Amino acid sequence: MSHDKLAYMANQIGRFFQSQKAGTAIASIEDHLRKYWDPHMRQTIAAQLAEGKIELDPPVRAAVERLRNEKPV
Amino acid sequence: MPMLQEIDYGTPPVNSAAMVTLMVDGHTVTVPEGTSVMRASMEAGIKIPKLCATDMLESFGSCRLCLVEIEGRGGTPASCTTPVAPGMKVHTVSDKLRKLRRGVMELYISDHPLDCLTCSANGNCELQDAAGEVGLRDVRYGYEGENHRTAAVDGSNPYFNFDPSKCIVCSRCVRACEEVQGTFALTIQGRGFESKVSPGMNEPFLTSECVSCGACVQACPTATLMDKSVVEYGQPEHSVVTTCAYCGVGCNFKAEMRGDQVIRMVPWKDGRANHGHSCVKGRFAWGYANHPDRILSPMVREKITDPWRKVSWDEAIARVASEFKRIQAKAGKDAIGVITSSRCTAEEAYLVQKLTRTAFGNNNTDTCARVCHSPTGYGLGQTFGTSAGTQDFDSIEDTDVMIVIGANPTDGHPVFASRMKKRLRQGAKLIVIDPRRIDLVRTPHVEASYHLALSPGTNVAVLTALAHVIVTEGLVDQAFIDERCDTDAYADWAAFVADGRHSPEATEAATHVPAHLVRGAARLFATGGNGAIYYGLGVTEHSQGSTAVMAIANLAMATGNIGRRGVGVNPLRGQNNVQGSCDMGSFPHELPGYRHVGDPAARAVYEAEWGVKLEPEPGLRIPNMLDAAVQGKFLGIYIQGEDIAHSDPDTKHVTAGLRAMECVVVHDLFLNETANFAHVFLPGATFLEKDGTFINAERRINRVRKVMAPRAGLGDWEATQAISNAMGYKMDYASPAEIMAEIARTTPTFAGVSYEKIDQGAMQWPCNDSAPDGTPIMHIDHFVRGKGNFVITEYVPTDEKVGPRFPLLLTTGRILSQYNVGAQTRRTGNVAWHPEDLLEIHPHDASERGVRDGDWVTLRSRAGETTLRALLTERVAPGVVYTTFHHAVTQANVVTTDYSDWATNCPEYKVTAVQISPSNGQSEWQLSYHAHAVESRRIEAVAADE
Repeated sequence: MSHDKLAYMANQIGRFFQSQKAGTAIASIEDHLRKYWDPHMRQTIAAQLAEGKIELDPPVRAAVERLRNEKPV
Repeated sequence: MPMLQEIDYGTPPVNSAAMVTLMVDGHTVTVPEGTSVMRASMEAGIKIPKLCATDMLESFGSCRLCLVEIEGRGGTPASCTTPVAPGMKVHTVSDKLRKLRRGVMELYISDHPLDCLTCSANGNCELQDAAGEVGLRDVRYGYEGENHRTAAVDGSNPYFNFDPSKCIVCSRCVRACEEVQGTFALTIQGRGFESKVSPGMNEPFLTSECVSCGACVQACPTATLMDKSVVEYGQPEHSVVTTCAYCGVGCNFKAEMRGDQVIRMVPWKDGRANHGHSCVKGRFAWGYANHPDRILSPMVREKITDPWRKVSWDEAIARVASEFKRIQAKAGKDAIGVITSSRCTAEEAYLVQKLTRTAFGNNNTDTCARVCHSPTGYGLGQTFGTSAGTQDFDSIEDTDVMIVIGANPTDGHPVFASRMKKRLRQGAKLIVIDPRRIDLVRTPHVEASYHLALSPGTNVAVLTALAHVIVTEGLVDQAFIDERCDTDAYADWAAFVADGRHSPEATEAATHVPAHLVRGAARLFATGGNGAIYYGLGVTEHSQGSTAVMAIANLAMATGNIGRRGVGVNPLRGQNNVQGSCDMGSFPHELPGYRHVGDPAARAVYEAEWGVKLEPEPGLRIPNMLDAAVQGKFLGIYIQGEDIAHSDPDTKHVTAGLRAMECVVVHDLFLNETANFAHVFLPGATFLEKDGTFINAERRINRVRKVMAPRAGLGDWEATQAISNAMGYKMDYASPAEIMAEIARTTPTFAGVSYEKIDQGAMQWPCNDSAPDGTPIMHIDHFVRGKGNFVITEYVPTDEKVGPRFPLLLTTGRILSQYNVGAQTRRTGNVAWHPEDLLEIHPHDASERGVRDGDWVTLRSRAGETTLRALLTERVAPGVVYTTFHHAVTQANVVTTDYSDWATNCPEYKVTAVQISPSNGQSEWQLSYHAHAVESRRIEAVAADE
């Protein structure tokens, strides 16, 4: 998965949840990524974000930052 | 096994609560009011001779053979057209009746060939039977008069002959085409002696409007319309009821056999999904099972550039196990995975996902539903609480308004489309939401009230605009919402859709649908009575596929159209067992029964049953597997009954992923496109060689019964079991029934399912202690999730945009005579109707590009290009082009992109920005791909002494 592809997919998810009830976006994005993304993908995007390789929309960034603390698979 | 002989009651059953008692030949019989005397008599066990009557058709009263006498009434009325009355006394036998019937029969036979011994209907001819029943012994008129016995046979249809010399002009074929199929392709041409059955304007069957559904052949009482297979092989001697392996309607058929040879497939009258009807695929296109392209031996090779080498099953299975174990040792347990098949049985899908979760030790299982209805799973799960259509097919009989969005039922789900058309002819209203003018928009005696010809990719905008009208004009069903739905979520949603930016007027610029049509359609749906929504892949295969499914669910809830007959949200599933493969835990995040792998209670059920610790994290989806393969992290895959190199989008990326893997195992009937990149080929079994179940679009668990032994020696489930055993996880099922027993033990919605129970009548899940006979209609008193959940559906335009380089929008789909990648239908007579994929283009767009009808054109997108012939048609709007993906030579998915649904990664097949230009040859990709395919399909010759 290219850097851009994971970031693109995450931002797509973010766009949906940002339109939902105010104040729920970050938790909903995080929940979606945990439920549907393989842990390798989650770790990869978290690492990419930490390394400054990708651009994420603000709530997506916040959600992905929460994934950083996951244990490696 | 005997031939299954269905009783023909002569006229259809009547649904009436009032009952009428009468006497037939001294026998008392009680039937629903409105029943014909003919049917009542048959119910009493007394068969009245007949020719023009059959219980699939309304009575017609033309043959005058079924005359009876009724005490107190004059004359000899036709029993098929005479309704019963209380206290009626009917006599079916008398000297007078005998003379009348013989006289009628004499006239028929005076103009009928007397070649019974050599006739293809010999042994199964209603005319012959009727002649025997009336005691015909001679024909006073002779046979030398003017007659039709030299009329020429029309053999143009690949599957049946039309021999007018044997026609008795009973009109059963004409009426079947009208009443059952709804095509109106046949008529009686001429009057009196000149009367004859005519396809269209006296055309050959093949080039007429006939869709070859077989209803006329089934209805014909003589050999006039006869299967060519019966002409060639003779009458069958036993039959087995099984389920079609094409679309998600799930038609039951009698496989009529002679030994282990299929003679013909005849739709089963008691089939709960099809009620005795069929389409050209299920009825006729089963010959692929014996096609010479079938691979019947396992094969292996070191590299994909090597020729295949035939090996024993043991060697092939050992190779799979050793390669997968080697890869896991080298790259980790997550470096391999599987794709289960919606073509195979539920039991086989269950076994493949179990193989992954036990023998492989990961959750890398996905299924072809990823690329079709995965958004249905997400969307209906979020709104209603479970991933399934809400109704049975029979529900449509009570529908007053139907919305068909992103589906083309007459091509994709033809048997159910006939039910739809019948209901529409009875007066129900239709709203079609589709970029193309699909056949349902205007077909004989059916015309949509509204066709919202939206721009591809704008479903969510249109659906939200419909909701805007319903909310702002006060058309919601507030009582339903208050009682059944989450009212806070409703309030948020209602405020959202009421915003002026969602009005039809505001969205018209994006959707290209005139605002007044959206308003009219919304008012009709909300106020027209029972409203049902049917949708297909034109909804799901978008970057907002899941959002659109939720928008559909919102509409149904807002109008109170959930939880009773005639209403509901109904995904039309593309393949025979899409529902079943999803039910069986084929997705990487779900165990069977749609329970998330992260749910400790669900895992505990399977950990106890399977004796292994299960992974609590979701695995890779198909696109993620391919991405990981390109990155060198995913190296082995077992693909059962799926051709991702043909069916999945962005072919170049798919094939790059497959090439990057070290062990690709393809388990299929033919060397399909994916097999070009495989290292092990396992020969699969057709549905005729399987035992198990297919679960159709209405959640019905239909039995699939083996009519012949697996031609390659092992059933698909046996091959999967062998892989598992070779990898060290013990499986020892003796039969698919044992697999179903395990499914029932572990899956609450299947707790009451067994083959014995299905044999009493195929039921719909949930089937358990709460619903022992299954659940025809879901969400009756409450939603599975409790309160219905309204979800906000903000329209987000796709990033696949038109521009100067790619100014047209391509959308793809399938056609009646072909099926998905065409692996089966291309190997049948169905190629007579669709020998190649064509590009539908509006004449205006074609003219601007100098393209004429039939020209070769290059179809180019940002992802790739291919060539195919152009078909100029106004079915597509200017700016939109359309093609099918049935032929590997076209490689239509070279053009589609890797954009996908935000929630599920379901590909956005339905929107690709393209350009069209005249062409004089195949694309570079097609040429190089074809060269690779030829090389890849080489099979080493086996020495003669081996």
